[in-house]
Amino acid sequence: MKTHRKTQTRFAYLFFALLFPFLFAACQQQEEVVKSNRNKNEDIKVVGTMKAELTAPPHVPKPIGKRTAKRLFVDMEIIEEVAEMDDGVEYVYWTFGGSVPGSFIRTRVGDIVEFTLKNHPDNKLPHNIDLHAVTGQGGGAEASFVAPGQQKTFSFKTLNPGLYVYHCATAPVGMHIANGMYGLILVEPLGGLPPVDKEYYVMQGDFYTKGKHGEKGLQDFDLQKAVDENPDYVVFNGKVGALTGENALTAQVGETVRIFFGNGGPNLASSFHVIGEIFDRVHLEGGKSINENVQTTLVPAGGSAMLEFTVESPDNLVLVDHSIFRAFNKGALGILSVSGEENHVVYDEGTEAIPYNPQSEIAESTPPQEKQVEAVVEEQVSAPADFDLQTSITKGKKIYSQNCLACHQAEGQGIPKTFPPLAKSDYLNNHPDKAINAVVNGLTGEITVNGETYNSAMPAQRLSDEDVAAVLNYVYSNWGNNGTTITPEKVKNTK
Amino acid sequence: MLRYFTIAILFFFHLNLNGQDLEMLKIEGGVYIPLYGSQEEVQVEIESFYMDTKPVTHQEFAEFIKQYPQWSKENVKALFADASYLTKWTADGEVPKHLKNSPVNNVSWYAAKAYCECQDKRLPTTDEWEFAAKASENSIDAREDSLFNQKIVSGYEKPKTYLKEVGQSSPNYYGVYDLHGLVWEWVYDFNSIMITGESRSNNNTDANLFCAGGAVSANDLMNYAAFMRYAIRSSLKARNTMSNMGFRCVKDYDDELELNQ
Repeated sequence: MKTHRKTQTRFAYLFFALLFPFLFAACQQQEEVVKSNRNKNEDIKVVGTMKAELTAPPHVPKPIGKRTAKRLFVDMEIIEEVAEMDDGVEYVYWTFGGSVPGSFIRTRVGDIVEFTLKNHPDNKLPHNIDLHAVTGQGGGAEASFVAPGQQKTFSFKTLNPGLYVYHCATAPVGMHIANGMYGLILVEPLGGLPPVDKEYYVMQGDFYTKGKHGEKGLQDFDLQKAVDENPDYVVFNGKVGALTGENALTAQVGETVRIFFGNGGPNLASSFHVIGEIFDRVHLEGGKSINENVQTTLVPAGGSAMLEFTVESPDNLVLVDHSIFRAFNKGALGILSVSGEENHVVYDEGTEAIPYNPQSEIAESTPPQEKQVEAVVEEQVSAPADFDLQTSITKGKKIYSQNCLACHQAEGQGIPKTFPPLAKSDYLNNHPDKAINAVVNGLTGEITVNGETYNSAMPAQRLSDEDVAAVLNYVYSNWGNNGTTITPEKVKNTK
Repeated sequence: MLRYFTIAILFFFHLNLNGQDLEMLKIEGGVYIPLYGSQEEVQVEIESFYMDTKPVTHQEFAEFIKQYPQWSKENVKALFADASYLTKWTADGEVPKHLKNSPVNNVSWYAAKAYCECQDKRLPTTDEWEFAAKASENSIDAREDSLFNQKIVSGYEKPKTYLKEVGQSSPNYYGVYDLHGLVWEWVYDFNSIMITGESRSNNNTDANLFCAGGAVSANDLMNYAAFMRYAIRSSLKARNTMSNMGFRCVKDYDDELELNQ
């Protein structure tokens, strides 16, 4: 009896002993699930305080490096102001910090950001901010809703590293974004982002104006176009030319460049591409996942990407939205000007163009050209004293590369059957008036150049009289043309 | 409905107060659906009332302070006005010359209310103000007129319109000036309808307002304009003051007063 009972007890012990690991394991597993559902970055300790450095595009604040998480004070002012969108085109921008996109905010994971939003007293409208980096009501929208002449403060902890868009979310939301109320906030991971040589801040946005693209004067917001998603302007950093000419981004051969790229929308997704460069690394959608060797990266409205690449040869790299009409017709175009030594291994320009003659019979059947290229004497009117042909030609070269080269090619050779040649062009040499007209007003329909018929469309180039003259002087003084001189006055009179 | 179009409502009378002639005009009452309530079709009945033809100017407000110095920049209680109260005025409380005929701004709701009451008037209700403001130059209700709405919305976008003088644009159907184009105007019940800072969700708020806000129909500039007004009102507290906020007064319609004229 006794033995029996003992055995029973022993069985019982054994039973529990065997079961125990399962029970324990079950408990442990459950605990793990609970932990993984919770963002541990919440536990990162905050040591000390500091004022955040804010920068206007295309600049970004200094890297976080290895600093500890802090209570970070961000002080941002909303300003409604008239600014230029394009030559002679003005628009009432609503801005975070006086720029479009708004000031760049740089934090690290674990920071507690104490955000103060100030609505300038001269503003007309209440505004707020929705930061995609915030976990909480509307990204801070309700807490930051503030009338003109008031300020509000709220705080949040940065839990997820990444590059995030912020924007205004006050009714009517679409209109606030369409007027420029967006920007980027970077949350660096533990230990910071790997150091690079150059960092830039570029953000795309679409704009809807009452007048069509290029129409001068103060332009109102056009709600119907916004609803139809039919923008007049698609631009980088708030305006046409924000990243071209003297505003071009710069780098030296051999440097690594990081672009913090955002898309404010309100409507269009961006097919971001840099002509003549391959992104070595892309933080997809501004998150953790890295793709390598990318040609074009898709950035949704209200989204971002971090792009890194080393520049190997001196060139003007062209930033575009590869939905390409936006680039050449609506403004989504920027330049990264790379200087330094040529690297002929990476890229070599090759030889001058030489005649290509497959000796087909077509050549013989081509009718003789009606007119020989001849100098146009009447054009040699003496220019005013302040007009210098050589300066004009130099300037024209730059304008040509920005506006004409894509179609008419580097040596003015054009593209057969599509874009007429500017080299040894009878059309240009015989008709300076027509040349001016083509640049100023565009040219559509059938024309004959050097005996070939072209039926294409060239958009009007919105250049000043001086620039029209410059680009034509460049063309006339090169590639076997007759050296006609075009003065700005001549352009003005021809218009 | 026809009644409202045919009854001639242009009726002037003059109130001699504080030695000034303050012009008011009668706004014939009626029934209408406020912009924010268009989904539920809640009709609001508006009694006839008199409305100031122009926003109160800096000059007029200065006259008021002469009589009631407790509302001067110096004396005003912090409870009734924030630090920006009459901020465009000089330190010793004088109106800058170039602002004399511009709408008074940087006044709190308390100050606006006191001004009207001291003249035996009152602030308009939101519904009264919106009712009068839906009239264009030629129509008693221009809310469906896209050009009218475009003009309003683009006016809201233009900076610093508070510097303009009152009464320089064309009056509306009732003969009232500047309901749109210069400054926002305080209304008596400015915070009775709340658009919260979060204008995309509909929790804890007037659901009608939000549905309309979230689903503004494609071409509805009318709602765009209205929403900007409701948004600005709900962003304010009664002691707040703004460069772009002024006011005007109204008065109940009084049959006897009309007969006595």
